[in-house]
Amino acid sequence: MAEASFDFVVVGGGVVGSSIGLGLARRGARVAILDQGDTALRSSRVNFGLVWLQSKGDGMPEYGRWTRRSADLWTEFAAYLQDLSGIDPEHEQKGGIAFCLGEAEFEHRRNTIQRMHNQVEPWVYETRMIDRKAVEALYPGVRFGPEMVGASFGPHDGVTNPLRLLQSLHGALKRVGIAYRPDAPAQAIQSDGGGFVIDTPAGPFRAGKVVLAAGHGTTGLAATLGLEAPIVPERGQLIITERVAPILPIPASGVRQTRDGTIMIGTTHEAAPDLTTRATTANAVHIAERIVRLIPDMARVKMVRTWLGLRVLSPDGFPVYMESETHPGAYVAICHSGNTLAAVHANDLAEAFLAHRLPDTLAPFHPRRFHVSQAA
Amino acid sequence: MFRKLPDPACATVAVTVDGQAMRVATHETAASAALLAAMGATRTSPVNGEPRAPFCMMGVCYDCLMVIDGVPSRQACLVPVRDGMRIERQAGARALAFGSAETADV
Repeated sequence: MAEASFDFVVVGGGVVGSSIGLGLARRGARVAILDQGDTALRSSRVNFGLVWLQSKGDGMPEYGRWTRRSADLWTEFAAYLQDLSGIDPEHEQKGGIAFCLGEAEFEHRRNTIQRMHNQVEPWVYETRMIDRKAVEALYPGVRFGPEMVGASFGPHDGVTNPLRLLQSLHGALKRVGIAYRPDAPAQAIQSDGGGFVIDTPAGPFRAGKVVLAAGHGTTGLAATLGLEAPIVPERGQLIITERVAPILPIPASGVRQTRDGTIMIGTTHEAAPDLTTRATTANAVHIAERIVRLIPDMARVKMVRTWLGLRVLSPDGFPVYMESETHPGAYVAICHSGNTLAAVHANDLAEAFLAHRLPDTLAPFHPRRFHVSQAA
Repeated sequence: MFRKLPDPACATVAVTVDGQAMRVATHETAASAALLAAMGATRTSPVNGEPRAPFCMMGVCYDCLMVIDGVPSRQACLVPVRDGMRIERQAGARALAFGSAETADV
């Protein structure tokens, strides 16, 4: 079979791979995206949809700056996607809330926010603590429980509809001429003189450069190219309610209302080394208990379903970007916050891959940070 | 369109469907009572405002969501009628909170 030949092959057609691929093609590269089809453990289809800054970067200020850069690019990115695909990713950036139940949570949150502000330039987060009265003013339709003492408010936070985003991205891929191949999951990759040959069930693909961005499916392929993709999978379960008249105009960490009225409530953090995806009643109860403490009226809102997704987390929770030393032109990109970082992936990261040089600002994201010898 | 099989001996209960008093057989559901009342649309979609009415009558389609005894978003096809029941059309999405007097068993 004749090999299809591209400047870049991106392995992974979720939000991360699609954003990078779109950014590359937008800048003139001939791109193919190889995907696993509907059987993939696709985090893009099972997530909460926040485009979120205020909690990002504690211990790694570069991540805070990188996330802020993406938040700043997102509105233009959303307009670009809608223009190209005709599908609105439903992005909103009206700020975001992290509720605090009780003084202890409020103090803890205040300290965290303060610590993060101390680690980075003041313009990055601009998150501030607000008291109960100020929270109530933001949600005039909600009667909060007595424990809600306040919240942190991040003015740069927002949301997207994750399913619409993925749909919009895929629509855009088509429009810019990217070969999107859900029938051609990458099985093996060999370097071949000036480039790479990627074996798939649909035949081989040839590429000058290759980007591995397949979330939970990245690790094995990465190893064969001298790349590292350390992932510590984590389950996050959430509850979806019946539709309710609009009452939550601003998204919060762990509770938000979609445009259609559904309320999404999260979430759990469970180690998931076996990648199993079974939701449990116990988790649903745990999630429900907290939302009822926050908003007692939620006790009479019907739960429609509960489900979970697997987070793509590195050992420290920060993204991993690297170029292979043994196979130059092979890159890896894995991160938990594919929605939040979509805009910067489609811009700065795609540019870095095109320029064949990862800028110094991305150096902290190299997985060498996990090497014991480096830490000593 | 809907024609009841004749059963003159059947016991009945009094209900109101959007305020209209009627007697229906004890084995009816709130959804079938609404159909017998020929009220047309029993709710509107919270997403696009389109009219909806009971469709599957077996708890699957959720098109029969109605306000029953003040409790919104009940699946009317799964709620057996009982004497004095108030069955009302639902407009769009329910409110988060509804009055404390309206806490019928759900």
